[in-house]
Amino acid sequence: MMGPLTDPLAYEFFRQGLAASLLVGALCGMLGVYIVLRRMSYIGHGLSHAVFGGAVVAYVASIDFYVGAGLWGFFSALLINAAARRRRIAADAAIGIVTTASFAVGVALISKTRSFTRDFEAALFGNILGVTPTDLAVVASVTLAVGAFIVLFYKRLLFMTFDPEVAPIYGVNVGVVDSLFALAMAATIVASINVVGVTLIAATLVIPATTARLLTDSFARMVVLSTLIGASAGVVGIYLSYWLDVSSGATIVLLEAAVFTVVFLATAISRRRPDWTDRPLPALARDRAADDLG
Amino acid sequence: MTTARQRSTVAEPLVRFERVTCGYDGEPVLRDLDLTIGQGAFVGIVGPSGAGKTTLLRAMVGAVPRVRGRVIVDGRVVGSGSTSGVGWVPQLQTVDWDFPATVREVVLMGRWGDRPWRAWASRADRALVDRMLERLGIGGSGDRHIRSLSGGQQQRVFLARAMIGDPKLLLLDEPTSGVDIKTRDDVLHLLADLNRDGMTIVLTTHELNSVAAHLPWVVCVNGRLIAEGDPEDVFTSAILQRTYAADLRVVRQDGTLLVADAAPHRLRDALRHRHAGFEHAHHEHADDDHIHTVADVPSSPGTR
Repeated sequence: MMGPLTDPLAYEFFRQGLAASLLVGALCGMLGVYIVLRRMSYIGHGLSHAVFGGAVVAYVASIDFYVGAGLWGFFSALLINAAARRRRIAADAAIGIVTTASFAVGVALISKTRSFTRDFEAALFGNILGVTPTDLAVVASVTLAVGAFIVLFYKRLLFMTFDPEVAPIYGVNVGVVDSLFALAMAATIVASINVVGVTLIAATLVIPATTARLLTDSFARMVVLSTLIGASAGVVGIYLSYWLDVSSGATIVLLEAAVFTVVFLATAISRRRPDWTDRPLPALARDRAADDLG
Repeated sequence: MTTARQRSTVAEPLVRFERVTCGYDGEPVLRDLDLTIGQGAFVGIVGPSGAGKTTLLRAMVGAVPRVRGRVIVDGRVVGSGSTSGVGWVPQLQTVDWDFPATVREVVLMGRWGDRPWRAWASRADRALVDRMLERLGIGGSGDRHIRSLSGGQQQRVFLARAMIGDPKLLLLDEPTSGVDIKTRDDVLHLLADLNRDGMTIVLTTHELNSVAAHLPWVVCVNGRLIAEGDPEDVFTSAILQRTYAADLRVVRQDGTLLVADAAPHRLRDALRHRHAGFEHAHHEHADDDHIHTVADVPSSPGTR
């Protein structure tokens, strides 16, 4: 009876993939709350592309992937923050400039280096079933570190996210917290890149948080719900990927999108009409009806 | 007995601006400002848009990047960091009302520095929030989403956040902006009550008549200090002309001071003339009564 659930666990690659997708789902769900509420949804997309550039540079310079791509992503995030602080540069423009330029560095290096042999398909689209013990250790470490950051800086992050102008007046050191947040984002994206891929990572950051927002008006509950949705989608998605023989990253993202659609429709229906009134005509129809009668 | 009016100048200074010129990038917003606010004062800062009212408030908490001169609050020179003992109430229009935050979560932000590494609120913190909400007349609303409250209640939530840290100085950026007349009155009465309990309050506003009716001390600014004092003394046509570069009339009736546009009839007459011309064009074939009504009001030349 438990065959479909337990059979895949006989394979080591599946066990590692399952653990990685559970952790990445939870990690992205948790951090995604802050990204969505700070209206930086595009940064996940942009930063993952920047990290791709960093990964290529790391490969060409023979530096460890995690060190090279991680530092590259961290400095890209800091650069975005610095550019966005200038009043004349909007945050989305800053993200667009820094990350596409960074991505272009990667593309240029690949085209220039004729002896380039490394297959970057896994980095672009994710290969969760090729997760190595090192990858898993990195994902676990980053999840632990980012989780600790979220818990220890919970009050400061909440205040800064809700009221970035006023938080420093109450003593929140915005510069320090912003830099740590940039580090957390870069680490999350680098750790997740081999699991869901550059092209899909933005979705795992944004969809669970947006779904959780539809379900609650409390910040604390949103963090918990988003983490749970991300983790659940990671676990269910990896099984579906195994059974349906579809790309794991795409399956996880499609599952999250399906959950979002269901929640969106359910909440839209429940809020459609108050109990105390008959359904009113739309204003235009009401005016036309009055014209017809008059 | 010392009144709030006397405390504005006589009492121990809580805030002192010493030859302060400040602003952001580019031209200074405020120049050569000398100003003293005493403990227990209740001060309204007025001036036209862009005059530097909010910048003056922000200078008291070190939130203005370019400052020459000294701002001293509670005996300490304000630096670029935060100023403890100050509560800040932002303009309601700047708040993201779709943010997922309950009243309790917002109020607790004012106490983030108390056990900052602990993510969850203690039972004592929750009890403190409940007491503060009760004191401000919105008891029982702790678990409600901030958007679900009325304008006056929302204002009180941010007052609660500012006060839960037990500040000496309460700064409010346009607390009467964008609220209805009753809410405005409620907020100002609440602030007056807090001031009677000893809280020093400084607020910015565009509501000159509310300042005249409720506040004992007013500061007029427009890039620099124009005047300060009792509204009865400061609200004169001459001072208001210098502050706003506009003709304003000050009326005193039954002990009430009212500030009004010096020539409101100009706009009214212009609109009436235009309207009359419009009606005349549309009713020139109507019955005698209509023609008589329209003919009573001279049409403006532009509509002919």
